[in-house]
Amino acid sequence: MQCVVTGGNVKVLAKAIHSLSRIGDELYVEPQGDGLALRSVNSSRSAYACFLFAPLFFSRYNIRKEVNFRCKMAIKSVQTVFRSVATLEKTVEKCHIELDEAKDRLTFTLHCKHGLLKTHNLSYQDSESLQAVFDKDSYANVFRAHPRLLVDTVVHFPLSVEEVTVTVSDERMWVRNHVEDERSRAMLTELCLASDEFDHFAVKAHHSITFCLKELRGLLAFAESTGLLLSMYLDEPGSPVVLSVTDSVLEGNFVLATLSDDHNLYGRDLGSPLYQPDAEQPPPPDDFMNDDIDSYLIAMDTSVAPGPSAANPPTTSLAAARETPSDRHRIRRHSEEEEDGDRLPNKKFRSIFFGSVLPPSPQTSMQPVPTQEVLASNSEDETEAD
Amino acid sequence: MPLSTQSQGEDEQYILVTSLDNARNLSNLLKAISFKDHAVFTTTPNGLKVTVEDCKCVQANAFIQADIFQEFTIKEDLITFQVNLTVLLDCLNIFGGSTSAGISTALRMCYKGYGYPLTLFLEEGGVVTVCKINTEEPEEPIDFDFCSSNVTNKVILQSESLKEAFSELDLTSEMLQITMSPSQPFIYHRCLFLLSTFGSSGSAHYDYSKDSDMMELFRCKETQTNRYKMSLLKPSTKALTLSCKVSVRTDSRGFLSLQYLVRNDDGQICFVEYFCCPDEEVEEDS
Repeated sequence: MQCVVTGGNVKVLAKAIHSLSRIGDELYVEPQGDGLALRSVNSSRSAYACFLFAPLFFSRYNIRKEVNFRCKMAIKSVQTVFRSVATLEKTVEKCHIELDEAKDRLTFTLHCKHGLLKTHNLSYQDSESLQAVFDKDSYANVFRAHPRLLVDTVVHFPLSVEEVTVTVSDERMWVRNHVEDERSRAMLTELCLASDEFDHFAVKAHHSITFCLKELRGLLAFAESTGLLLSMYLDEPGSPVVLSVTDSVLEGNFVLATLSDDHNLYGRDLGSPLYQPDAEQPPPPDDFMNDDIDSYLIAMDTSVAPGPSAANPPTTSLAAARETPSDRHRIRRHSEEEEDGDRLPNKKFRSIFFGSVLPPSPQTSMQPVPTQEVLASNSEDETEAD
Repeated sequence: MPLSTQSQGEDEQYILVTSLDNARNLSNLLKAISFKDHAVFTTTPNGLKVTVEDCKCVQANAFIQADIFQEFTIKEDLITFQVNLTVLLDCLNIFGGSTSAGISTALRMCYKGYGYPLTLFLEEGGVVTVCKINTEEPEEPIDFDFCSSNVTNKVILQSESLKEAFSELDLTSEMLQITMSPSQPFIYHRCLFLLSTFGSSGSAHYDYSKDSDMMELFRCKETQTNRYKMSLLKPSTKALTLSCKVSVRTDSRGFLSLQYLVRNDDGQICFVEYFCCPDEEVEEDS
């Protein structure tokens, strides 16, 4: 693989990598015939993001079509290549990305002003394809807006707010911070956006979904810097929300898990999670051997997401091995046990979903689950502010 | 005149009296070398030299010429004492070290001699603070024996261009490798002045072109590749940030000298210098 990025596109690439770093720790690189795909997934596999840069995005794009090459690397190390995004536009004239399969390294060469040449040789690991399966076109509700609208909305939520709830009606969208215990003293913030603030506002079903704000912020930073319209596809609670930006030479999709409704929270999320082994594209057996974590190739599959009635877990799912807890107390105990337990890929997925169920007691705030710590500190802040 | 209330009689007891209208002209330079607590002050009629060392491998010197000071009275040819640099910096910033224009702390620094504390009078907005810092037995600074006649390679750059590289240095790399070569290729076609790191995620190279307008001087006699401990060189970033030009020199033994030209708030020029020992010999692999 050999590609060359010039001018302002270097910044676009850098911004994309930075927004992917909001998702996961690893960057999956896959040069495809239709462009260079950069992907990331978080450790709990509740958030997935993919950028596809079309060959036209590059001033040169050469790949060996006969080989399916894929690799992954620490996203931090790629970020160091584009450390100073702010000055990148002024300093970098050209960026070469070259793959040296013999030495197992991906080389980024930045041609900077004043004749400075920066070369970063990054080592990588082979990986299987990371693909989330989602069909955003089948979604009931579609919105499109200038990123500014959402940036101005999100700015009202402090960084400590982990999740937001988006509720839609025919005419309006409400965004508020998600507070698990309504009696808690945490500050509630709600914003209402009218449909005419959007470029496109199509609602077929009134839904209220809750998802993590961090990843949305990541994509917003990208959309704002590139000035691309942001589309938001949302469906019923439990189905992932899809955020996307599209342009003639690039496409970015962020797929984020949403919190299920209370009544089907336990039966559904634990029993039949959104994530299922990718049945359509099973990874090659060799890769199974190479990487056991990734052999649990879990994709978000909205097409097979069962309705609320489908409480029986499919036997193929990883979570099926666990019994379905019947009450809140059991869930809490389960997630606590798992903190020091095994490290199945679905472990943190559940902690994301159920970490916020925990009350902000001193006991739970000791646990290394970010949501809980934040909930506790939130209430402290409140006390101080009072 | 700030601090002019000092009685003349008291002044006569001191063997060293210096005063600065803007204490930041001293504190900024001291910050550039403050990677260890203890600093040796060597004062001669020419000015003040402050030396900090670490691990017997790296030495930093800040030079403040006598004419930087509004008053510089020295009664002996050579006065040497050692103080805790961190404490001294805290004292110099005792009024908060405000950087806003028009507000500056005036300083009067006095020393009575061996066994006496270093006395600082600091004044800002009519408030005077007196600080007495105990002096310590001065340690003999290492002589790196770095002679200009032994210099093999020398590069002078505008600091701007090195700042970027130093701020981005991969700190997972234990070493910073510096390659200087007259012309012939080493790894790349035009490798002349090259900074390299070898970290956990891979290697990074910063290759400075000889023809760059950031390169003010390029004088290399032979190809030299030396490695220096990152932990020893990283503190020099402070000096780099402050400076406008930097001279990078290596001698025949591979010792590194970094000289920084620093322009202070009043446009006067001071120098900060770092010496660093090379690490073990580099094997010839790329």
